[in-house]
Amino acid sequence: MTAYRYDGTFAGFLTCVWDALESKTEPVEFLLPDGEASLWEMQELPTDREKARRLYTALKIRVSPAFQKLIARGFLTCLPQKELDLLVLIRRGMKEGDRVRLDLSDPVMARVNLALTKMWTEWDHLKGFVRFSELDGALVGEIEPKNRVLPLLASHFAARYSGERLVLYDRTHHEVLVSDRGQWKLLSAEDFRMGPAGAEEKAFRAMWRKYYQTIAIEERINPQCQSTHLPKRYRHVMTEFITDEEMEKSLSGQAAPTGLLGDGRKKPQTP
Amino acid sequence: MEVMDKLTILADAAKYDAACTSSGVTRGGKPGTIGTASNSGCCHTFSADGRCISLLKVLYTNHCCYDCAYCINRRSNDVPRTAFTPRELAELTIQFYRRNYIEGLFLSSAVLKNPDYTTERMIETLRLLRKEYAFNGYIHAKTIPGADPGLTYELGLLADRLSVNIELPSESSLQLLAPDKTKAAIFKPMAQIRDGAAQSKAELKLYRHAPRFAPAGQSTQMIVGATPESDHHILTLTEGLYRKYRLKRVFYSAYMPVSDHKNLPAPVGFKPPLLREHRLYQADWLLRFYGFTAREILDEDHPNFDAALDPKSDWALRHPEFFPVEVNRADYEAILRVPGIGIRGAERIVAARRYGSLSFEGLKRLGIVMKRAQYFITCSGRMLPGLRCSLDSVYRRLTGLEQAALGSGESWEQLSLFDAGGG
Repeated sequence: MTAYRYDGTFAGFLTCVWDALESKTEPVEFLLPDGEASLWEMQELPTDREKARRLYTALKIRVSPAFQKLIARGFLTCLPQKELDLLVLIRRGMKEGDRVRLDLSDPVMARVNLALTKMWTEWDHLKGFVRFSELDGALVGEIEPKNRVLPLLASHFAARYSGERLVLYDRTHHEVLVSDRGQWKLLSAEDFRMGPAGAEEKAFRAMWRKYYQTIAIEERINPQCQSTHLPKRYRHVMTEFITDEEMEKSLSGQAAPTGLLGDGRKKPQTP
Repeated sequence: MEVMDKLTILADAAKYDAACTSSGVTRGGKPGTIGTASNSGCCHTFSADGRCISLLKVLYTNHCCYDCAYCINRRSNDVPRTAFTPRELAELTIQFYRRNYIEGLFLSSAVLKNPDYTTERMIETLRLLRKEYAFNGYIHAKTIPGADPGLTYELGLLADRLSVNIELPSESSLQLLAPDKTKAAIFKPMAQIRDGAAQSKAELKLYRHAPRFAPAGQSTQMIVGATPESDHHILTLTEGLYRKYRLKRVFYSAYMPVSDHKNLPAPVGFKPPLLREHRLYQADWLLRFYGFTAREILDEDHPNFDAALDPKSDWALRHPEFFPVEVNRADYEAILRVPGIGIRGAERIVAARRYGSLSFEGLKRLGIVMKRAQYFITCSGRMLPGLRCSLDSVYRRLTGLEQAALGSGESWEQLSLFDAGGG
């Protein structure tokens, strides 16, 4: 019984997979560097970029490009112990080939697919629900997603605002997207601080809030329907649901009013 | 007047327009412009009534020379009036867009002076937005019935989607409530947009810089519950609009009591027929994505929806000969007709059974919800073990599920209301 400890990166994960395939190890757990101790015999694997690159290419050539993508995207989901499930799929893919992607009723495949569906839903939601504020000429925003969707959102926002400077911070994964006139990169950032909004920015926020309130038809008020489409966990960083003061608070990097999100973490308190 | 006040008045005046979609066209980012568009559209928030807010939906002005009884902006209504200037509105759109509040602009207008003048002002706004502000995002413009076809064409070159509101589901209702509008004035621009879009598409194949006219097609909207048409009448009309006029969407808007005109339902105690609107949308989806025809869903002997049951389940219960459907063998089209199985479910079933035969357990793992589907399918020739049912008991169970899904008993009261008014 082995538990792998790795650095949490995709390359680190692929290094573990390489080891598992080579030594025919059946790991029972994957742990992160700062994670808790394990009951099992632990093996700490330093990331080997070369092995990771070769295995990643093998997924494409020996199985299929779509399978490679399935694994890479699956790694971005917040599925608990996703590494174990992805390892099972990689083993099967190497043996059976691309056919494994059709086995949708297999419990592992079903679990990964469900996690992927949820991730794409979150991605789709956030394309719309992200709010930017103009601060010192740059557009600045924050998200707190369950899945690691920032890498997937990057090209969307970089293309949409190709003439702007853009900063989007992911509180859950401590990662920030920085885009300057279409050129973007992702950086890790433990802390995130931004200056307060100017008068013009506040005026547009006020107009947006007013528009948001005006457009609802009173005779049709339906909070249940609203929550189905716009779950409450997104609202604590959305301009139309919070005041300027709350925005300042959240933008200055203090604790979010809702606590942490993601698998195994505290759920947001809904207002 | 401040822009804030104008925005409040002109958004309030536009809120009864049902459409707020930004779908039908894909455009990547271009250097030197701002904005993109995606075929599936994007919702940016949801208002307290649960409706999607995708576009900044405002009127250019609410000064109106018409007097349509059902409309809040009618000439005889005593409300504050105002108008944007093209620059104010373009600036507001860009600033909202930069902050990712919206996907673009939905510009409609009351008829200021005359249809041509109004359309010219709208064109000026869109021209400013597209040319000066280099806006590459989504624009939906409402054509003004009676405007010069040349102006409508110009509007369509700047907008992604155009719409002409059919307003009411029959000509007699139109005469009764909107004396300034005629059926011909509504259908003429509709045909023009259809032909213009088709021509533009053909030209684009030959020459990639050909002008793009309404690339995201056109849509329309009608008010239900203000006039006595049956659901069958409305659905048949809808089907005709999709087939003949190639519309992308037909929107239905439950009548809101905005007036006490003698030809309209009395506003006191009137409840907007929201459930009926919901059923129409469900049937609309069956027409567009599920391969149903209007005749299959409703007919002369069965002219209105069963308030207690969704149209797909209703059809299934009237066609026991079609069921059960064998999930391991049946065509995609047949699986799509099973209540409780949607497009994605049917696609997954068809993909997964190429790997191996499916059991009820497997279906559940695919994400198929069995609550409704279980009564209508077999897996390898067998019904769900332990399931015993007759047509009557299935009807009872399905209506029970529907009642739970709709929430309170409130919706049931509407049933009697629109039965009385709609027959």
